[in-house]
Amino acid sequence: MDLLRFATAGSVDDGKSTLIGRMLYDSKSIFSDQLESIERTSRDRGDEYTDLALLTDGLRAEREQGITIDVAYRYFATPKRKFIIADTPGHIQYTRNMVTGASTADVAIVLVDARKGLVEQSRRHAFLVSLLRVPHLVLAINKMDLVDWSEEVYESIHAEFVEFAAKLDITDLAVIPVSALKGDNVVTRSSNMPWYEGPALMHHLENIHIASDRNLVDVRFPVQYVIRPHQNRSHDYRGYAGQVAGGVMRPGDDVLVLPSGLPSRIASIETADGPLAEAYAPMSVVVRLEDDVDISRGDMICRANNQPTVSQDIDAMVCWMSDKPLRAGHKLAIKHTTRNARALVKELHYELNINTLHRNSGVDDLKLNEIGRVRLRTTSPLLADEYRRNRQTGGFVLIDEFSNSTVGAGMIVGAD
Amino acid sequence: MVENDKGPRYNLTQLKALESEAVYIIREVAAELERPALLFSGGKDSIVMLHLAAKAFAPAPVPFPVMHIDTGHNFDEVLEFRDEMVKRIGVHLVVGSVQEAIDRGLVQEEPNGSRNRIQTPVLLETAEKNGFNALMGGARRDEEKARAKERVFSFRDEFGQWDPKNQRPELWNLYNTKVQVGESIRVFPISNWTELDIWSYIAHEGIKVPSIYYAHRREVFERNGMLFGVHRFCTPHASERVFTETVRYRTVGDASLTAAVRSDAATADQVVAEVATTRITERGATRGDDQVSEAAMEDRKKEGYF
Repeated sequence: MDLLRFATAGSVDDGKSTLIGRMLYDSKSIFSDQLESIERTSRDRGDEYTDLALLTDGLRAEREQGITIDVAYRYFATPKRKFIIADTPGHIQYTRNMVTGASTADVAIVLVDARKGLVEQSRRHAFLVSLLRVPHLVLAINKMDLVDWSEEVYESIHAEFVEFAAKLDITDLAVIPVSALKGDNVVTRSSNMPWYEGPALMHHLENIHIASDRNLVDVRFPVQYVIRPHQNRSHDYRGYAGQVAGGVMRPGDDVLVLPSGLPSRIASIETADGPLAEAYAPMSVVVRLEDDVDISRGDMICRANNQPTVSQDIDAMVCWMSDKPLRAGHKLAIKHTTRNARALVKELHYELNINTLHRNSGVDDLKLNEIGRVRLRTTSPLLADEYRRNRQTGGFVLIDEFSNSTVGAGMIVGAD
Repeated sequence: MVENDKGPRYNLTQLKALESEAVYIIREVAAELERPALLFSGGKDSIVMLHLAAKAFAPAPVPFPVMHIDTGHNFDEVLEFRDEMVKRIGVHLVVGSVQEAIDRGLVQEEPNGSRNRIQTPVLLETAEKNGFNALMGGARRDEEKARAKERVFSFRDEFGQWDPKNQRPELWNLYNTKVQVGESIRVFPISNWTELDIWSYIAHEGIKVPSIYYAHRREVFERNGMLFGVHRFCTPHASERVFTETVRYRTVGDASLTAAVRSDAATADQVVAEVATTRITERGATRGDDQVSEAAMEDRKKEGYF
């Protein structure tokens, strides 16, 4: 059994909470005391039916105002897979939440209402999925029961979306007609839509091939922690702990340590369970080298013929997450892989309108939930890959040095 | 995405993926925070946490101490287990005593006898006294819906309070660990584990847990639809009939209000099978204190509860 993370995007009106509730309910992942508790709350509020949204809306303010204010994580498992759902609210003011949920997702599900078709919000969600390089996208056309299970409606939304998606970088798309309320094509295949020949949503999620989404080509091992037991029996032991961010590493491989550029060879790859013949993302391991080179946290082990760019000048797309706008000249803390530095915003090239994809270069700041292209100068070099090549070595966060809040999410476009 | 011909063998099982994520988070805490500690009670989630910490730094010792807030309402088996495991792993144990805090007037006993809420000031004081600015705990998001919205690195102000509307976004595996003077961070490395994952991992790794997690014969009585073991901190009222039943504990919190469940599961594998088919959450089944209100956990967390 493996693990699949997916993010859902869509507003309350699209039936997102109902869809999640339906997946949890039909996969028998709702417990009877949880169900009783939301039935009681629904009854007390005078709802006409049990509101499955109460399962995910956990905070007092959300229940009182009937809104979802943050990313909620839900878990369920089928005999094939364990699933982690990042349930993100869809309104524009929550772009940052969707970006957060999408950053770790293998799959994104974007919901549309069959009666309304694609709306501005659907396009925005699809764009964010593409920007965050979520490898698989599912467009779930919901409320098919309200359009008489019409193949025509499905085909027209499908075609319109494919046309729009051509402008984006979407590698794998499935379009599934569902009725979250009635359960059609959620866990079991619908008999109301014989014209649809694809799988039900759950079957699709259980079978999406995710192993090859990870970068198994470019060896990237950001050193997280140096293990040196100060004990007599292992006095000379020195191991580099970290999580593999790309490629496949094996003992005997010739490697290079960045930023120093010193060459060495992998002596062994170890875990508490014993040595390994190979390691790949996202395994947490300890790497030992044949040579006694000076390595510390923030350094990176890679191959001589396949290195990230070592650079202090970074071009990136940034999603801004703070009330206080981003402007050229700002200084921020930056965290990239296991490396911490400071960054100066040299230039704000443009703000990207996430509804029209229009580049607005006449702006002098980036406001909360806006996305733009910036150029940064960092105090020490980053070991940078393009985000499109590797999400782990291409992503970074920006931190306000006064409040210590995380204020921006960055995706590296280039470095020189 | 990236071309390769490696095929599906480069895919981790869900337990290995969760373990790798937790080990990464624990190492991140040790690397970036000056004085972390791991909360360790002898309960199954904290046992898994300490096991993961030992694996994260092997062959070096665990580079931080463990801390237990002792409510005084303990199951003897759990306390013995705590001391045995601390010794076996070779970590330093710091204990904050709720009884001692009551005796000197820091906190007052609640009318219902539960020490769950009053352990919060003791936790904050013990952390402060020892200079711990990051506390790692075994809380899981599947336990409760306020927890489902909490970050892995959860930030607390100088009063230890959680502000759910002002949480730091967490992207990729990049955790912002920066703390202001006086503020602290709670870290939940096994956020993404479920009760079933915990037991599957215990079975897979052969991790020892206190005996009361497995089926045993015990004198019990029924209260509020739950089955309480007769214990020096938990005695039946005159009207409550005592009988013997085969039970086990799904959680081992405050012994005065933690209920047992009917069960024949005597091994970790049998518990896995049982948990996989249960229809009731572990808190719903065994915790008297979480049923008080819809937002009981959210309110306690705002006060600084773990």
